[in-house]
Amino acid sequence: MNQSRKTIVIASVLLVVLFAGAIVALQKIDSARGKDAAIEEVLYLPSGKTVKRLSLGYSSLLAVVYWTRAVQYFGNRHLQDSKRYDLLYPLLDITTDLDPQLVVAYQTGSIFLCQSPPNGAGEPDKAVALLEKGIVANPEVWRMYFTLGFVHYLERKDYKAAEQAFRKGSEVPGALPWMRTMAARMAEHAQDIETAMLLWRGIYETTHDKNVRDGAVKHLASLQAEIDMRELRIRVRTYHEKKGVWPTTWTELVRAGLLGGVPVDPAGQIYKLLPEGGVWVEDPSQFPFLDQAALAN
Amino acid sequence: MTSRLSAIALNTFREAVRDRVLYNLIIFVFLLVASAPLFSQISIDVERLILVNVGLSAISLFGVIIAIFIGIGLVSKEIEKRTLYTILSRPVRRWEFIAGKYCGLMMTLLVNAALMTVGFMIAVMITSHGLKAQDMHLLVAVYFTVLEFMVVTALTLLFSSFSSPIFSAILSFSLFAIGTFSLDLRNFAASAHGITKMFALAAAYLVPNLASLNVIAQVAHDQPVGGALVLYNTLYTVLYSAAVTAGAVLIFERRNLK
Amino acid sequence: MHAIEIQDLSKDYAVGFWKKTLRPALKGLSLTVESGETFGFLGPNGAGKTTTLKLLMGIIFPTAGSATVLGKSVHDPEVKKRIGFLPEQPYFYDYLSAPELLSYYAQLSGVPPAGRKERINSLLERVGLGDVGNKQLRKFSKGMLQRVGIAQAIVHEPEVVFLDEPMSGLDPLGRHEIREMIQGLKDAGKTIFFSTHILSDAEALCDRVAVIHKGELRGVGVVNDLRAATGGTSEVIWQNAQVLTAVSSLVMEPHVSADTVRVTVSRENLDPLLEKLRQQSATLISVTPLHGTLEDYFLSKTSEPEKEGAAV
Repeated sequence: MNQSRKTIVIASVLLVVLFAGAIVALQKIDSARGKDAAIEEVLYLPSGKTVKRLSLGYSSLLAVVYWTRAVQYFGNRHLQDSKRYDLLYPLLDITTDLDPQLVVAYQTGSIFLCQSPPNGAGEPDKAVALLEKGIVANPEVWRMYFTLGFVHYLERKDYKAAEQAFRKGSEVPGALPWMRTMAARMAEHAQDIETAMLLWRGIYETTHDKNVRDGAVKHLASLQAEIDMRELRIRVRTYHEKKGVWPTTWTELVRAGLLGGVPVDPAGQIYKLLPEGGVWVEDPSQFPFLDQAALAN
Repeated sequence: MTSRLSAIALNTFREAVRDRVLYNLIIFVFLLVASAPLFSQISIDVERLILVNVGLSAISLFGVIIAIFIGIGLVSKEIEKRTLYTILSRPVRRWEFIAGKYCGLMMTLLVNAALMTVGFMIAVMITSHGLKAQDMHLLVAVYFTVLEFMVVTALTLLFSSFSSPIFSAILSFSLFAIGTFSLDLRNFAASAHGITKMFALAAAYLVPNLASLNVIAQVAHDQPVGGALVLYNTLYTVLYSAAVTAGAVLIFERRNLK
Repeated sequence: MHAIEIQDLSKDYAVGFWKKTLRPALKGLSLTVESGETFGFLGPNGAGKTTTLKLLMGIIFPTAGSATVLGKSVHDPEVKKRIGFLPEQPYFYDYLSAPELLSYYAQLSGVPPAGRKERINSLLERVGLGDVGNKQLRKFSKGMLQRVGIAQAIVHEPEVVFLDEPMSGLDPLGRHEIREMIQGLKDAGKTIFFSTHILSDAEALCDRVAVIHKGELRGVGVVNDLRAATGGTSEVIWQNAQVLTAVSSLVMEPHVSADTVRVTVSRENLDPLLEKLRQQSATLISVTPLHGTLEDYFLSKTSEPEKEGAAV
């Protein structure tokens, strides 16, 4: 019995020590292979169709694995402020080959793809390709058309294609009526800030992805600031026309009855009044999508 | 100790060799590898690619299947046929029995993999008209496959030390499948929060890491495998399989054998 | 020093899906076996014989109590070098030949390589398997397998040999051969501990027997004493019906068919009867001990109510 007890003690100690060692070795492996090790295998994969054939009927399970990889890849790159997202499209393509009904992969994936770096891959054409693939597989999902119109309008500036996307989407049973409104706005309101806000609000309300939602919030804030500043510039100019001098504080405008109070930007800070009628935000890092050209206006 | 351990190992090996199922599998793999050049008639230029993928995957898959199917019976068959009684009534410690069984099955898998590799390399030589320096990477992939066998054998032996063959097979295959995606699991754990993170991390490090042992796709594209990876994979495999085997010994040591 | 000493040994098996119910298989067994003794461990199937042997081999762990063999714990590897064990109806590795199997077991028991081969060959000769060559065990008959079983139990020349139901499942010839082999071991001075539910086997071989029933020891005794205590009758058959009148005072329950007579006779009347038959030139056909002797003892022991009113 003593012999047996000795074996048990030794085996227990070994179990703990060896397992701890294995964990350390595993961490070394991970750091030797780099963060994207699991994802890099897509470089060697011929196509999603092959993967599907090899998945022995567990393709939708595998699709979830690939979708998770895509999200993780995007998240890691985004954190590093990367300019390149080379593997994003192959990952999304394989994901949607494995499970063509995985709507979230088209919807969120295309938004990852379409925005310019570092907020996205800067590949709006691939985003369109992905969404068109998604529409073929899921023609009944009208939101897919919404996202397609969104990409065409905001990232590709292709208003005709955007209008078409919204119109087709509005014809899908169950589509919200404002899809038709969006279609109508496309051509006549090119580059219109309000239209852009409507679109981003649509994205904000439909997405479940944290990355996309945060992006939408920043976009909306930037757009709101842009609308605010446009209006403020008009009022500053009116003041100048009336008084012949540029105002130096907002109080001067309030006193002149041109403003109801000191204007505050969406981040809660007071707008900066620049010399010669310029208006700008206090902290531009809060508004990454603020058009730099607006400063000049 | 060593003589008893090696006697058990050799007997385990001998049993596998005298079992015809093993030969059938080897023949099957040879057929598969031999027919790879035929597949590639369909798609020119990727002949070697297909051969390497099919060949290395077959070596891995067949090894894993053999490991699990022999592994699940290693302990239970000896109990069922009461041969274990004639072993444990001798000056054989229980841990020697477990370690001997492990070594015997590994010996079987090594011989099996070696035979398959010889066939595979011959097929590579025929398709590429000789061997190149990059073909050394293929042997690294085979080496990793053997490391994979070490992990799978240890796990199967662990399960077979306390559960029925069917249950052991189910557990082993599940862990093999999960282990293939272990890196995804660790990535998921890293991005989780709170209690979920703790459980996910524990699970992620508990399951075998087979993800980094599969470099088949990489070597099929003539990509080299880093020396650091070879070193750490070896280290990990040895430590992990030894830990699992220690677990099997712990369970088996106090087990009442009906 | 006793060859085997068992003290208050108990074993409960956990049964049921959740392993919560305990079923006692052995209840406080105590007995000793002396060196050189041939000890019969008797009891019906399920009495706890195999459980006792497994405890003695260290294959299972006791719930309570202890057992020593050759003065040391049964888990001591030094002890295990000096004991041999034949499990009940063993299968062995059927892909091996008899010499391979014995060589494997010899290695496990620490038999030095020098002379191992010769020892195995002479052992195979001794158990009547000298001519099997390299035939795999899967082609062996049941009797041959049992002989291999005995051979593996003694390949390392142990001092104590444990045999679990060595004669079960064999035909009369096979039983006879195994009995001869055990007799041979006994003559060689080994301590033999064997379990059986067949009484005549124990009767023929054992110095002492123990009777176990439902996990409890019901009695231990010297075979001759037991035999005397239980009396015992025999069945005698002979040809020549006319003799019956001359011996009618000696026999019971005579049956006559044609010229053949079948009677039952008590132990003390057996010799006088046989004497008379010889004098009258009757043709003796058979003398068979009837289910008596140990069996009577056995039955009387096993039908006793359990001690301490343990509810069943």
